[in-house]
Order: sequence, then structure tokens, then C-alpha cells
Amino acid sequence: MLIIDCPFCGPRDEREFEYCGPYREHRPDKMDNLSASDFIDYLIVPENPEGAGREFWWHKRGCGEWLLVVRDTKTHQILSTVEADAE
Amino acid sequence: MKVGLQKYSLYSLVRNSFTRHRNWSPAWINHDLKKSYDVIIIGGGGHGLATAYYLAKDHGVTNVAVLERGWLGGGNVARNTVTIRSNYLRQESIPFFIKSVEMYEGLSNELNFNLMHSRRSMIDIIQTYPKLREITRKMYTMDIFGSTYKPISVSEIRRRIPTLAGGGKSSRLPIIAGMVHPEGAVNRHDAVAWGYARAASSLGVEIHQNTKVNSLLQNEDGTIRGVSTVKGDILADRVAVAVSGHTTQLTDTVGLRLPLRSFNLSAFVSEPIKPMIDVVVNCPDLGVYLSQTAKGELVIGGAPDPGQSFRRGTNQLVFERTVGAMLELFPSFKKLKLLRQWGGTVDIAPDASPIISETEIPSLYITAGWWGGYKAIPAGGLTFANLIATNTPHQLTKSFTLDRFETLDYILEPGTTTRV
Repeated sequence: MLIIDCPFCGPRDEREFEYCGPYREHRPDKMDNLSASDFIDYLIVPENPEGAGREFWWHKRGCGEWLLVVRDTKTHQILSTVEADAE
Repeated sequence: MKVGLQKYSLYSLVRNSFTRHRNWSPAWINHDLKKSYDVIIIGGGGHGLATAYYLAKDHGVTNVAVLERGWLGGGNVARNTVTIRSNYLRQESIPFFIKSVEMYEGLSNELNFNLMHSRRSMIDIIQTYPKLREITRKMYTMDIFGSTYKPISVSEIRRRIPTLAGGGKSSRLPIIAGMVHPEGAVNRHDAVAWGYARAASSLGVEIHQNTKVNSLLQNEDGTIRGVSTVKGDILADRVAVAVSGHTTQLTDTVGLRLPLRSFNLSAFVSEPIKPMIDVVVNCPDLGVYLSQTAKGELVIGGAPDPGQSFRRGTNQLVFERTVGAMLELFPSFKKLKLLRQWGGTVDIAPDASPIISETEIPSLYITAGWWGGYKAIPAGGLTFANLIATNTPHQLTKSFTLDRFETLDYILEPGTTTRV
């Protein structure tokens, strides 16, 4: 079980959180400068690292904030947890 | 006697018993690595070995090396729940999986290796109306494309699975309906790996265990040159990637971007008990499925771990939820001890359908996205070999190519066990 250190609530167990997919940039604003294939790439090609990976977790049964968690996909050790919009 | 060609039969068993079973020839040969091959298949799992076998048998391509990072039968071919079925939703998927199930049924004879194949029906236990609607839709499409789903009553379910004591009228999720898939089967996973390895080896394919591939190598003109392994560089005209969850780790080394995410899918095995369940039971609403092996153990599978993972372990929460769900329906299993647990890394495309495809790098082929790839081993190998040998997709997998993502032409497949 993961213990996620929510910056607002402190360390809480995985049951309070909902996994919300791998990290991705904000959707590109200026679609005119973007080719269809680049946009599809943005839409469907995720990060899939073997090692430290960034992902979103929603503190659904806690403060309700979205968190950006860096977690090692081989050991499941959590390396950092910050508010999702902080970056 | 030539390796691999020693026929297994009652006669050979009796004859070898006179020499105390000391004269059996090895099932496959270990070769020294050559500098180059016509085809390199990365991954000596079910799909890799089956591909090698059909390349040699159907297309006469025998200068083939299968490179396996661990040992044969140690990857996902051993990390699954051996459930073989063709109850899928899409018209692209159903004929492919029907073919695979049919091939499995004749495979023991073809490979001269006892796969302990046991056709025993799969029964879906339905506990919610949305699931009933989905599964009814599946029944109609399957009927059109040649697979079978038959509705059965709740009392018939309880007659066929006497241990299913939970899910009564007063329970949280009462059982409202059931569906039988008569093609559902199980067999022995090691035998599938070893049988294909033995058959491929006897046709001249080289199998190299403990040969981890670190990266793919490219020529200056962009075509594939070979692979870089822990035992040095090996060149090949064509390279095929059949490594399940680690596909992107290899394709990243040549800058190929694939829409795949890797997850950990785990399963558990109970202590052996007397025969009590002769079907595969699937409970999609609770997220648990189980069957009983020939040894008597219950094999129990559940949902994937949340979040991408390469850990190949068991998540305590997933474990608790799966076992809790099982006990809701089978309260008597509370007394059972669980003996083993394992996880496997599987990758999945956004539409949950497989990818058997050439890539933008000439002569590099991938087979990936197999969420539930065990049932697909024979047809997956057959069609992937066809693609590698002829450079054109097999009729059964022409929809499962990478170019479907260029136009977001998804083949959304809820027939897998996943909700990711």
C-alpha cells in the first residue's frame, strides 16, 4: 500500500486517493501551430518510465486537491509529492 | 537421436523407463550466439516462441534467434491465470480470439507436448444491470462473429457452481443473471512455453536464455541493424519485439513513441483442495475471477494495481479487495490458505486492443498491448510471423496495426478484464 504525503493533509494511505493517470503538460493553447500528429501524440503517448515517473493522484476522500506524485515504478517508493498546479 | 525430434509417446515413455529415464534427449539445444541472423525475436515468452515456431514452420525462416532476458517460461507466460476464451466485443477481436482458442485445442497434438488443455466453460456472474446490458450486447456480436455466449438462470448457476453460496437476495450485490461461454478453457502455461520452444528448436530456431537486450541498433539510413545485448551486439535483417510490458523500454532506444502504459497485474493461488469448481468463474462486477487447476489449487485473478508499474509484485490493497470480493460470493473459501502470489507487467494501448504491427522504423516489428495475452499466444504467433515474413499484416490482425492511432481509429475493447 502506498502512503502518499499530501502537502495539505500529511501522510495518508492509498485508499483516500484516486490514481488519475501519468503526468502530461497542459493542453497546447495555440492549436493553429500544431500538426494533427503532434496533437495526437500529446493525447495518447504517455510517459512510461521504468524508474521515477510522474503521475497525478486526486485526494478524493481527503482535501480534494490534485497532487503530482513522483513514484518509482520499479520499487513503488514515492520520491516527492507536490500540489499539481504548483509547477 | 536429434534434439527435439524425439517423439513423446506412451512407447517412448515405457522404453525410457527401462533405462531409468536417463536417456531422454534435451527438449531444445543451447547454441553459441552468432554474429547475425535473418530475424531476431526479442522475448522468449509465449508470443516470442510461438512467432519463432510459425516463422520456421509456415514461412521456412529458420535463421532465427529468440533472445530471452531470463529463463524460458519465467516471464508473463507464467504470470497469468491461463484463461483461454473468445468472449470479446469487437468484430475485429472476436475472429482473432476464436482462431486462437481453436489453435490451442489442437496444439498438444501439433507440438507433441501435453498442454493439459481442458475445455471447461467460463461462467460470468452478473450482479448489476449495466453489466447485464453490456454482456447482452456482447452476446449478440459474438453470435454474429462465431463465438458463443448463452444466458443461464441464477438457479442454473448455483447448480453448476455449488460452492457459490453468496450473492443471495439480501446481499450487497445479488446475482441477477449469468452467461456461459462454452469455449472457455485452461491449460498448463509451462507446457505452452516448453512445447513451442521444443518445436521451434527442432526446426532450427536458436533460443538464447539469459540474453538481455539493452537497446535496438539502427543503420544510418534509419533501418534496423540489430540489437545490443549483454553478450554484445548482434545484427539482424529484421527485429521483432515481443516483450510485453517492457516494449517502450526497447523502442525508446530508437526514439519510437508508442501509446503504451505498463501496469502490474497480479494473481494468487490457494492450497490444493479436492475438485469443487469445474468451470472458470468470472465476476466482472466485483472484479475477481477464478478457476481450479488440475492439481486442485484455486487460481484467483483481480484488478491491476493503480498507477504504472514494473514491480511484478502484489499490492496489498488489490489483494485485499480481490480476496474480499471472492469471499462475498464464495464464503466457504475463507478457510483456504493462499500459497503463492505473483505479478506480471503488462502494457496496454488507449483502446485496450493489441498491437501487431510494423513500425516507422523499417524492418522493426512489435507485438504489444496484450492485456490477457496468454489466450492469444497461438494466433498471436501465427499472425506476427506472417507479418515478419511477408511484411503484410495477417487477415486476422490487419486492424491491430499502429496506424489506427494516427486517425484515433480506436478498437475500444471492454472484453479485457481492465478498467484502466
